[in-house]
Amino acid sequence: MNWSNIVTVYLKELKDSLRDRRTLMSTIIIPALVMPLLTFGVGKVMSVVMKKAQEDIPTVAILGGTDSPAVVTALKKSPKLRVVASPMDWKQAIGDKKLRVAVEIPPGFEAGLKAGSAPSVKVFNYTGELKSENGTRVVERFLIDLRDQTIADRLAEHSLPKTLARPFEFKRENVAPPEKVGGNLFGGFVPYLIIILCFSGAMYPAMDLTAGEKERGTMETLLCSPVARVDIVLGKFLMVLTGSLSAMCFMLVSMGATAAIGGSLMMGGGGAATKVGIGAATPARATMDVIPMIDPLGLVGVLAMVFPVAVMFSAVAFTVALFAKSYKEAQSYLAPMMIVVIMPAVVGMLPGIDLNARLALVPLLNLSLVCKEMLSGVWHWDYIALIFGSSCVYAAVALALAVRMFSREDVIFRA
Amino acid sequence: MIEAHNLTKTFRDKKRGTIRAADNISFRVQPGQIYGLLGANGAGKTTTLRLLATLLSPTDGGATVAGFDVAREPEKVRANVGFLAASTALYARLTAREMIAYFGRLNGMTDDAVRVRIKQISAELDMDDFLDRRCDKFSTGMKQKTSIARTLVHDPAVMIFDEPTLGLDVMTARAIVKFVRDCRARGKTVIYSTHVMSEVEKLCDVIGIIHDGKLLAEGTLADLRVRHSEQDMEEIFVKIVGGEGTK
Ligand SMILES: Nc1ncnc2c1ncn2[C@@H]1O[C@H](COP(=O)(O)OP(=O)(O)OP(=O)(O)O)[C@@H](O)[C@H]1O
Ligand SMILES: [Mg+2]
Repeated sequence: MNWSNIVTVYLKELKDSLRDRRTLMSTIIIPALVMPLLTFGVGKVMSVVMKKAQEDIPTVAILGGTDSPAVVTALKKSPKLRVVASPMDWKQAIGDKKLRVAVEIPPGFEAGLKAGSAPSVKVFNYTGELKSENGTRVVERFLIDLRDQTIADRLAEHSLPKTLARPFEFKRENVAPPEKVGGNLFGGFVPYLIIILCFSGAMYPAMDLTAGEKERGTMETLLCSPVARVDIVLGKFLMVLTGSLSAMCFMLVSMGATAAIGGSLMMGGGGAATKVGIGAATPARATMDVIPMIDPLGLVGVLAMVFPVAVMFSAVAFTVALFAKSYKEAQSYLAPMMIVVIMPAVVGMLPGIDLNARLALVPLLNLSLVCKEMLSGVWHWDYIALIFGSSCVYAAVALALAVRMFSREDVIFRA
Repeated sequence: MIEAHNLTKTFRDKKRGTIRAADNISFRVQPGQIYGLLGANGAGKTTTLRLLATLLSPTDGGATVAGFDVAREPEKVRANVGFLAASTALYARLTAREMIAYFGRLNGMTDDAVRVRIKQISAELDMDDFLDRRCDKFSTGMKQKTSIARTLVHDPAVMIFDEPTLGLDVMTARAIVKFVRDCRARGKTVIYSTHVMSEVEKLCDVIGIIHDGKLLAEGTLADLRVRHSEQDMEEIFVKIVGGEGTK
């Protein structure tokens, strides 16, 4: 191993890669754009859709209720819904989205109510359809209010205090520090993105530096030089690693910028914007009194943990691409590997899966789990050591494999 | 100086079984001499030359190039060899200067030495006009010159040419032939493979005829003419190759 040769090879590959549009796209441009696009683009679309859905005044059909005129009138008067004539085939109408909800008021409902208890009311909806679900919520709210009102009336009738039916109140208050909230919200998602970008960042340089060189006939030229093959592999590998790490860094920097800009927009835009943008997205968050944050120390930890994984990705992508004869062939090997990479990351995003000693040895899954913890400020040092250690071992094995593959002439000169 | 003794290379192929691409090949090339390796497609020329340039390692037998053993000191062999083939391309996204400088540095030259050398080669090959342009924009002739400059940057004692005129027009091919002669004039050891009879006649001091991985005949043009009582190189070639039985 000769470091000066490795550096020579690396610097040449760096210069060469910086002139390659495909590599620039995958290592700099896409990583820098992915977060802003996700947040501002998809986020915007989501909030518009949500807002529309919420503004939509649901159409409701009343089934029956001829002997319960008071309830029917109250429903018709409610400004939050629009009662329409019940079509013959009301089930079909809900399915066709012409009707959001149907509410069936059983015969003798009001009479039963007066006597003490009434038969139950049925609400028909289309589960999973956003606007139908919203309509259901409105109708149910109406029915709950009706029930509360009935209770209140009955209490008043017997001159009993209201606290009889509602002896105490309760209130929810958040004690989780902002990092924890952020860690739980983004904790799964950030490692997921990091893993994907690390791999896709390694993918294009790896293909260009191996199969691409074979295809263009420069591999043989390079092998004519007196530099030992180990030095060539390591120089090239360092370039692939650079691509991988650069994709991750550009993503993180742009994520930071997005968060800063998005945060100031939220603050500056006032309550209304916040309610629409975030409150609408998930109702639970509307009540959140903290701005979700990520533990910055956790981010440093994530970077440290990702490093050996980036080494492993680079070495694996390099080895696989080296085997291919052409860029196209390399692509057809590496593209399916993306799915293999994404799967453990997705599993890591699922709530409820927590680290244990066995999972700490599963590559990628261990990374996404430990990142989730670190971003929310939890440091299980024994697991962290185990995961870092095992990642390093996997990385070393992959790198050794890459070096070995490169010295095999049936791989380099595959007929 | 090149000495090959019983150089053998076999490939394993799923369909064709074991291929003896180079089979017991022995020869010797002196400094200031051009050795022509003449053979049809698939005869084993490229394989033999790749063995000498240590791109492949021999299955059996061996060779010394510029005094170094190809199996034991491949790096030292490569440091003394300039290898030019139709299959050794240029980096499209580098300029000619960057390309030459890269190989200078890979050969352990200092930046200063590289700069001086590029100036010298560029003047010799008349490359000044396109030295700082990217290789992907080059004509075939410019590419050839840049490749030649790449092989020459470390001033190797041994030059290996594998069908260097393949696919070139007459003028560019002539320039290559002239360059090969220049190498001989400077006392370099030259080995040159081709399937073009006329090139061999014009250029080579010693001719080796290779077929099916075997070196079937060897000698100067005059030797071969006398031995096979034919004047025309093509007739001699067909006699030697055909006489071995047309497989
Ligand atoms: N890497 C390899 N794997 C398997 N077989 C190979 C390999 N390289 C060469 N061969 C086979 O070895 C034989 C000799 O090939 P070689 O390329 O040396 O011939 P050549 O004389 O250079 O031919 P050409 O004039 O076509 O360049 C051929 O049959 C070829 O198919
Ligand atoms: Mg050949």
